[in-house]
Amino acid sequence: MKLTWFLDVPELRRALGVILVLTLGAFLLLPLLTLIVWAFADAWRYPGILPQSYSLRWWSWVFQNGDVNKAIFYSVTTAPVVTLLSAAICLPAAYSFSRLKFPGRSFLFISLLAANAFPKFGLYISIATIFFELNLINTFWGVVFIQLINTLVVMVWIPAAGFDSVPRELEEAARDAGAGPLRVFWRVTLPIAMPGIIVAAILAFLAAFDESQGTLIVGSPRITTMPILMYTLVANYPEPVGAVFSILLSVPSLVLLLLARRYLVAGYLAAGFRGR
Amino acid sequence: MARLVLDHLVKKYAAGYAIQDVSLDVADGEMVCLLGPSGCGKTTTLRVIAGFIIPDSGDVSIDGKSILRLPPERRPTGMVFQRYTLWPHMNVWHNVAFGLELRHRPRKEIDQAVKGALELVGLPGADKRYPSQLSGGQQQRVALARALVLEPRILLLDEPFSNVDAQLRVRMREELTAIQRRVGITSVFVTHDQEEALSIADRIAVMRAGLIEQVATPSELYARPATRFVATFIGTMNLFDADVDADQVVLAGGFRAALPDGARLTSGEKIGVGVRPEDLMIDGPGESGIPADITLATDLGHYRRIVADVADIGRVTIFVDKSRDVRLGRCAIWPRRALFYRDDRLIGVSDSLPLPIRS
Repeated sequence: MKLTWFLDVPELRRALGVILVLTLGAFLLLPLLTLIVWAFADAWRYPGILPQSYSLRWWSWVFQNGDVNKAIFYSVTTAPVVTLLSAAICLPAAYSFSRLKFPGRSFLFISLLAANAFPKFGLYISIATIFFELNLINTFWGVVFIQLINTLVVMVWIPAAGFDSVPRELEEAARDAGAGPLRVFWRVTLPIAMPGIIVAAILAFLAAFDESQGTLIVGSPRITTMPILMYTLVANYPEPVGAVFSILLSVPSLVLLLLARRYLVAGYLAAGFRGR
Repeated sequence: MARLVLDHLVKKYAAGYAIQDVSLDVADGEMVCLLGPSGCGKTTTLRVIAGFIIPDSGDVSIDGKSILRLPPERRPTGMVFQRYTLWPHMNVWHNVAFGLELRHRPRKEIDQAVKGALELVGLPGADKRYPSQLSGGQQQRVALARALVLEPRILLLDEPFSNVDAQLRVRMREELTAIQRRVGITSVFVTHDQEEALSIADRIAVMRAGLIEQVATPSELYARPATRFVATFIGTMNLFDADVDADQVVLAGGFRAALPDGARLTSGEKIGVGVRPEDLMIDGPGESGIPADITLATDLGHYRRIVADVADIGRVTIFVDKSRDVRLGRCAIWPRRALFYRDDRLIGVSDSLPLPIRS
């Protein structure tokens, strides 16, 4: 008898699938659930399985705290600026990597990883010395630039793959129908590559939103973002504060992922190209 | 009226010539097929006409006016591609209307034109559907509608049915021919499928290694292939070398045939002899004819394919009527029609060869 005999029994196979899904779900969701419970807990002492009392006390505390508001403000301003700037810089690069043949192309393409190849902290400190000369330390734009570094790889590689996936025939068909090169790009190439670009933009946004090391070195104490404040809050305040703040920190990710679901699925793209 | 002329086109890449010297004259309303094995330059030629490839030298003109300086979007050509033809993010209506919208036609006119084009290709009412909801054959119909709606002067087709399954392909061929006749549009069709070329083309240009070997009607191409390559590429051909002796050619086993008139050959020269399988006659052993040995007989629907070994020549293929009773083993064969090639070029045809005589 085979070791995987149970896979041949449909009921057992289905049961196994359900068990796997439940386990994985529990693994992903239980910590989140604990977090949510903590955020609304007023008192939660051993050995209670659930908190002894609930309140919204810590929520109002968090929202009334001046440091928190400042951090939220800088988080929701730096991250979008970083994303847009990254797109402006990286998308033309991605298109060039995908469509043009130039000397050193593959070297440059790989070298984008260089920023991720060294320990980040050392890199940030050497960048910080340059920023110091340029008067970028403790400024909004200093933080934007340091966060930008983390977005380069995803913002070039994923859209480049997106542009790669646009068959030349589709661009040529548009040329043939009377569209000039620029119009072909806007009407055909870009829309078809868009799912990849949106996914890259979301990842870039989240990378900037979650960035802490570089922001800490370049931005603090004047420019603090939510992840940096998180360190302070977790270290110095009761657990519910950290929990409330974690929820706030995960809201953008959740909203973006829900919004981007249809692009992540992007079924129409794949289906349109069948018959290869 | 649109007469397309290709004049000594040359395109060379680092790896070698894609097309060496291609000249072709396509009459108004004519459907010409570029036929050849992969890498023969047929697609390059088509892309030169469409404007996606700039030739190193030569010219492309429509009604005497060169279009070589025009970019693809300004050429009066419409192209149907082999694969990835429709824009996946646009529905059928937007796919077909794309070029008309670029030309700022009034909405009413666009609506009417799109409707007409979809009706023409047999897909009325499909305008709201997305390419992913269409079958491969339907996608190609829409692509054809998209090309035709702009009323191009030249229609270019790059193996448009090669991804469509075999049965549908035959039907789409017929439909394309009907549409092309009705619209009367000058067309160039690229294919590697000789059956496809023979069935839809007014004339076929057989290409090899960047050169056009022969341009002729399908029946002419089959009856009088101009080169040995065309002879073997189109249909089946028994080709073998033979010696010339005075005004005769020595076929095999001492059997001779008279050379066609006008073929100026000298004794001792080697020439190629081509005989179509249906032009080889079979008789029982001992009858007059070249002794042969039948090794295989296969029924192929409406005819029977026979393989026989002949001394000095080797293996030959023979097609006979299914009603003929053929037994394996000894027999006698003779050609009733033969083509003669010298230096790979056709030098003559003997349409009715007499029974061979043993010398």
